[in-house]
Amino acid sequence: MRYVEEFRDPTAAKSLLAEIEKVTNQIGATKDKPVHIMEICGGHTHAIFRYGLDRLTPEGIEFIHGPGCPVCVLPMSRVDECVQIAEKPNVIFTTFGDAMRVPGTKKSLLQAKADGADIRMVYSPLDALELARRNPDKEVVFFGLGFETTTPSTALSIQQAARDGLTNFSVFCNHITVPEPIKALLDDPYMMLDGFVGPGHVSMVIGVHPYDFIARDYNKPIVVAGFEPLDLLQSVLMVLIQIRDGRAEVENQYARIVPEHGNPISIAAMEDVYERRPSFEWRGLGEIDASGLKIRDRYKAFDAEEKFGIGYAAGPRVVQEPEGCECGAVMTGRMKPTACPQFGKGCTPEMPLGALMVSSEGACAAYWQYGGRRAAEPAE
Amino acid sequence: MTLRDDKVTLSHGGGGKAMRDLIAEVFTSVFEPTSREDQARLTHEALLAAGAQLAFTTDSYVVTPVEFPGGDIGKIAVCGTVNDLAVGGAKPLWLSAAFIIEEGTEIALLRRIVASMKAEADKAGVKIVTGDTKVVGRGSADKVFITTSGVGVIPAGRDLRADMIQPGDVAIVNGVLGDHGATILAARGDMMLSSDLQSDCAALGHLMEATCNAVPVRACRDATRGGIASALNEMAEAAGCTIEIDEASLPLRAEVKGTCEILGLDPLYLANEGTLVLFVPAEHADTALAAMRSVDTGKGATIIGRAKEGAPMVTMRTAFGGSRIVDMLVGEQLPRIC
Repeated sequence: MRYVEEFRDPTAAKSLLAEIEKVTNQIGATKDKPVHIMEICGGHTHAIFRYGLDRLTPEGIEFIHGPGCPVCVLPMSRVDECVQIAEKPNVIFTTFGDAMRVPGTKKSLLQAKADGADIRMVYSPLDALELARRNPDKEVVFFGLGFETTTPSTALSIQQAARDGLTNFSVFCNHITVPEPIKALLDDPYMMLDGFVGPGHVSMVIGVHPYDFIARDYNKPIVVAGFEPLDLLQSVLMVLIQIRDGRAEVENQYARIVPEHGNPISIAAMEDVYERRPSFEWRGLGEIDASGLKIRDRYKAFDAEEKFGIGYAAGPRVVQEPEGCECGAVMTGRMKPTACPQFGKGCTPEMPLGALMVSSEGACAAYWQYGGRRAAEPAE
Repeated sequence: MTLRDDKVTLSHGGGGKAMRDLIAEVFTSVFEPTSREDQARLTHEALLAAGAQLAFTTDSYVVTPVEFPGGDIGKIAVCGTVNDLAVGGAKPLWLSAAFIIEEGTEIALLRRIVASMKAEADKAGVKIVTGDTKVVGRGSADKVFITTSGVGVIPAGRDLRADMIQPGDVAIVNGVLGDHGATILAARGDMMLSSDLQSDCAALGHLMEATCNAVPVRACRDATRGGIASALNEMAEAAGCTIEIDEASLPLRAEVKGTCEILGLDPLYLANEGTLVLFVPAEHADTALAAMRSVDTGKGATIIGRAKEGAPMVTMRTAFGGSRIVDMLVGEQLPRIC
């Protein structure tokens, strides 16, 4: 496979790893005094484990797994609201696959489907739009979920629905943005991060400048990274070199995909369709100012929250997270997944307690699936 | 020809003339069972040998779409059950076939399915000797569900079991992985992916016979639902040792890799319908490979890993130089958001 396998070349990896080791030593980082590098994006977390990068890099580097898995940061209250909408008569509720198993307070969408709700997995909001066209007597709701990577496609489907004059299509909008939670993390006094690996596919849409504040205001380096193992190793090396040289800049390792200013068509579509909510609830992180997107009034007819009087449209809500769930501490890097008392006991991929165990991009599920379970087992 | 309908109606399940006509024209005229009674009456010389064992298995088949590139539900229903017998070391002999048919299903579709079952059974050297049909209302089934049971004979002295696997044994697959799963994904049309992929659906009785005659096979599984990862995990658990596979040696087509890259799926978990993995002692590996490659369905036989001392789990040396656990799949493999 061209453009993929070149970025998985073990020989190139060796020389990058040697460089990483050299710079780690120059910084003086050790197992007891490691540099903390946060990979923000769940896709990066997944790749780190899939390729065993955490075991290949020196012990002086500690990866902190960031809040960039959209399924993981989805609060239970929103899952409950999904179920509420999906169980209404005459509704076809459409969702991306990996949101199906996220536990709500009573049930997941998978369980709601088994109970008889018409819930269908789609691969794109355009599939949901097509369902709406083919089922004019049904209300088709799309579960809009994700960061700036998926946000534009939802915006385009709303614009298309408006152009086609569809009246039976709406979006339950849970789109969120990357820079705001990073700011919240950086403002956390317990945070001990030395640098960031930035989410490449988000930057493909929004460009690199939304991260300027990380370097300028917080004096931390960030390198926007691709998703193949060599991309990640190179990005880690670039972060380390910045730390060694005492620089804090926004650098772009993923220039083959990420234009400096992003994708103007996507940005325009997002601007047209959404506005910022005053704040949005994140699982484990609480409410974060201006971190969520709402559908603008001009597209109100396509806003499921308005249509069903649900969610933020229904006023303030409080939902308790499950007892003993440490997803919040894990997500802010204060706790390793394996240190959570529930890891592998009350919380497994079969019976997830917290969302980090649900999605394959969640730090806990990645730990479990790709060998962190080894760490949880007593040494042989 | 007395069957004039284009589609199956509830009357075809009513026990009367319509049902009789459907069974006679669509099913028994093709399968030609020898017995006119309600049960097949069977005998076979292999059963008379001292120490021979009867092998008996059953499986139900539901697949959407029912026809796909490289096969249809009928072909899978024959191959799948033949393979369940074959991987246990049995020579497959007879099958039953029970059909649950949704009202409104086209009779022409049934005829095509039955024809492909007959062709596949002939190829595999088995006879479909008994069967049943039921018709259910629209929406109670998805066109047609098929259950096949199979009977075969394991010759004296052959004992394939996963707990026979020893550290040092070599794991061999007969060909490429994931073709069936990727084909079905593409054929569902949800993703608007187009590819030339074909299902690997094939009966593996002849392959197993050739291999078992050449070398002492320890154990074998066909890597159907849950893919090669699930088959290996089951075997590691039964054997009580670690199975280590080597990513670089996994036979995967570029189209399958590409489909998985796009959808965020792992080819190790994609279903196969004509792929098996077997273990032989390391010293017999070359002979096993030669025996397998002499059969059509074994042309792509290759070593993918080995058993070693350690906790019962499956690990993979990644092409990248790392190592990771290959766990059982939890539920269904769900495509990732981004």
